[in-house]
Amino acid sequence: MPAPCKTTVAVFKFSSCDGCQLQLLNMEDEILSLANEVEIAYFLEARRRTLPGPYDVALVEGSVTTPDEVERIKTIRGQSKFLVALGTCATAGGIQALRNYADADEYARAVYPHPEYLHFLPTATPIAEHVPVDLELWGCPINKGDFLEVISALLQNRKPNLPQHSVCLECKRRGLACVIVAKNTLCLGPATRSGCGALCPSCGRGCYGCFGPQPGMDLNSLVPTLRAMEKERGETARLLRNSSGYAPAFSKAAESILEEEKKQ
Amino acid sequence: MTASNAKIINSIEVPALARVEGEGGLYIGVQDGKIKEIRVDIYEPPRFFEGFLRGRSMFEVPDITARICGICPVAYQMSAVNALEASQGVSVTPAIRALRKLLYCAEYIESHALHIFLLQAPDLLGQESAISLAAVAPEVVTKALRMKKVGNAILRVIGGRSVHPVSTVVGGFYRWPEKDNLTALLPELEWSLTAAAETVRWATTLPYPDLEIDCEYVALRHPQEYGVLDGEVVSSSGQKVSVAEYEKYYLEEHVRHSNSLHSHTRDGKKYMVGPLARLNLNSEQLGPVAQSLMKELKIKPPIHNPFKALLARTLELVDAYADAIRLIKGYNPEGPSRVEFEPKAGEGCGASEAPRGLLFHKYSVDGQGLVLKARIVPPTSQNLARMEADLWEFAPKVLDKPHEQATLACEHLVRSYDPCISCATHFVRWECKDGE
Repeated sequence: MPAPCKTTVAVFKFSSCDGCQLQLLNMEDEILSLANEVEIAYFLEARRRTLPGPYDVALVEGSVTTPDEVERIKTIRGQSKFLVALGTCATAGGIQALRNYADADEYARAVYPHPEYLHFLPTATPIAEHVPVDLELWGCPINKGDFLEVISALLQNRKPNLPQHSVCLECKRRGLACVIVAKNTLCLGPATRSGCGALCPSCGRGCYGCFGPQPGMDLNSLVPTLRAMEKERGETARLLRNSSGYAPAFSKAAESILEEEKKQ
Repeated sequence: MTASNAKIINSIEVPALARVEGEGGLYIGVQDGKIKEIRVDIYEPPRFFEGFLRGRSMFEVPDITARICGICPVAYQMSAVNALEASQGVSVTPAIRALRKLLYCAEYIESHALHIFLLQAPDLLGQESAISLAAVAPEVVTKALRMKKVGNAILRVIGGRSVHPVSTVVGGFYRWPEKDNLTALLPELEWSLTAAAETVRWATTLPYPDLEIDCEYVALRHPQEYGVLDGEVVSSSGQKVSVAEYEKYYLEEHVRHSNSLHSHTRDGKKYMVGPLARLNLNSEQLGPVAQSLMKELKIKPPIHNPFKALLARTLELVDAYADAIRLIKGYNPEGPSRVEFEPKAGEGCGASEAPRGLLFHKYSVDGQGLVLKARIVPPTSQNLARMEADLWEFAPKVLDKPHEQATLACEHLVRSYDPCISCATHFVRWECKDGE
């Protein structure tokens, strides 16, 4: 039995690549002390022993893509005091939410010879579309520092201090040349939530939005700028439709571009 | 096995396998002391990558395919760029190829260190996890984490981050990494190389379950080096084909009783890919440090015990550190980091050796460089038929053991393959109906 004073933490996987769970295992300097601080009650990728709920904290990776997952997330919510949606699959549906803009049945026919045996939903959706979520931690994958801040805040019973600015500001802080201005490269940095440390611009390429839209950001001013820079039609819409493509702000912006292009 | 034992074990059921990547289960049905059914069940939902890759620019493909697997994103980027560059008739410069090899070494380090110590070793040391192992042998786990960390550090220097690195592009890299940032890692890599050599010695002392299965092994072979980044597809029965011909010789098939597609060779053999297959086929091409360890410890491939894939991983880990040191010392970025080209219509195949085994990609693109068709054959779907076949050999040997022990032993066999279930885009859950 866990010591009664320890916070119990459970890690669950839904449809995902496992990368956010791996980020937990990639905390080489912190994982052992974290395992001492909290009771890791359920974390199948790391341990065979599982403890039954209820749990103080549920960390949920992945999006909901099957009828089974719809039921499972409800059960987990019922067992958990505080539920964190971990990573862009859990907060926005992830890369597999690209199916939401296509005929998923047609995908199934294209990929699998016997699609009639598949159990899947037509859409891949974020956790918050199914159950109340207490905190969303964005990122594809999540940033380890942000994660540690969330866990520390929960243990200290305070609000986590997460970055509230855009990738664009991160570039300015790092003194990186703007790839839009200097390299004429399409970049979602002005509209994307920071957390990566301006990774893509620091590699000489444009941001592709994997930490999701920056809340309150006005895409109406960025989109025309990007579209004017396109070397080929559709580049901006594709940029918006990546791993965070189903996040409402990116989804809406991409949709209006595509509608406009259809009219032309 | 005796009748009384058969009463004890009616079935072995593991609804959710622990310490594997992704979601899978294991079912072994026993009737009158005889095994009737073995299934490695895959619950991981299909994610349709091959579907939504269509219509994307080829330059977006490495970012998208990386998302197939958080543990081996580099493998998914490398097989993709190999295939797309083949479709364009583009070859990269030796400097670009060397940096790709270094990036791949980093992924082998991170992935193999994770599997050896955190995923498989607990089975051999009587622990449920590395967390419980740390309570009794903290030095093993601390060493493992330190060895793993330097792999992630290389990934960060080259690719910005260790999960889904961002610097790879069709034609090369978006930028060269700073030499100083790489050379700063040399002391830690030297320490890790020594630690890895100790790990090989330690791995020869572990109590592997007895199992000898002489099966078909398939891996890439490169004329000048231990095949990882590219090569020809070779098999232990002497088959040698180009990557472009892979699909003609290695087929996928629906098996009614199973939840997934199973791979087999053209003549129906269930084959193994991964560290043991690579070692058994290409051990002479491992570097001098690994060679001298094999000599010292009298490790003589072929090794036919699937549990000993761990030993193969330790040798590959030594080679990855040694190679990373060599590549960093020789790193001298010259010329552009990226071969520029105008997209044209074409079709191409590419493969590389993911830590878990051969990973095949095929793309056709149109004149604008948009993907028309994509096909991905991940290592785990190739190994699935082999896992079940091995269980048919192994499970009867453990049925006389107490239920928990028998279950653990069968789970261990599956884990020794390092299955990467999220990877297996082909893995699907089939509805099984009686009589079908």
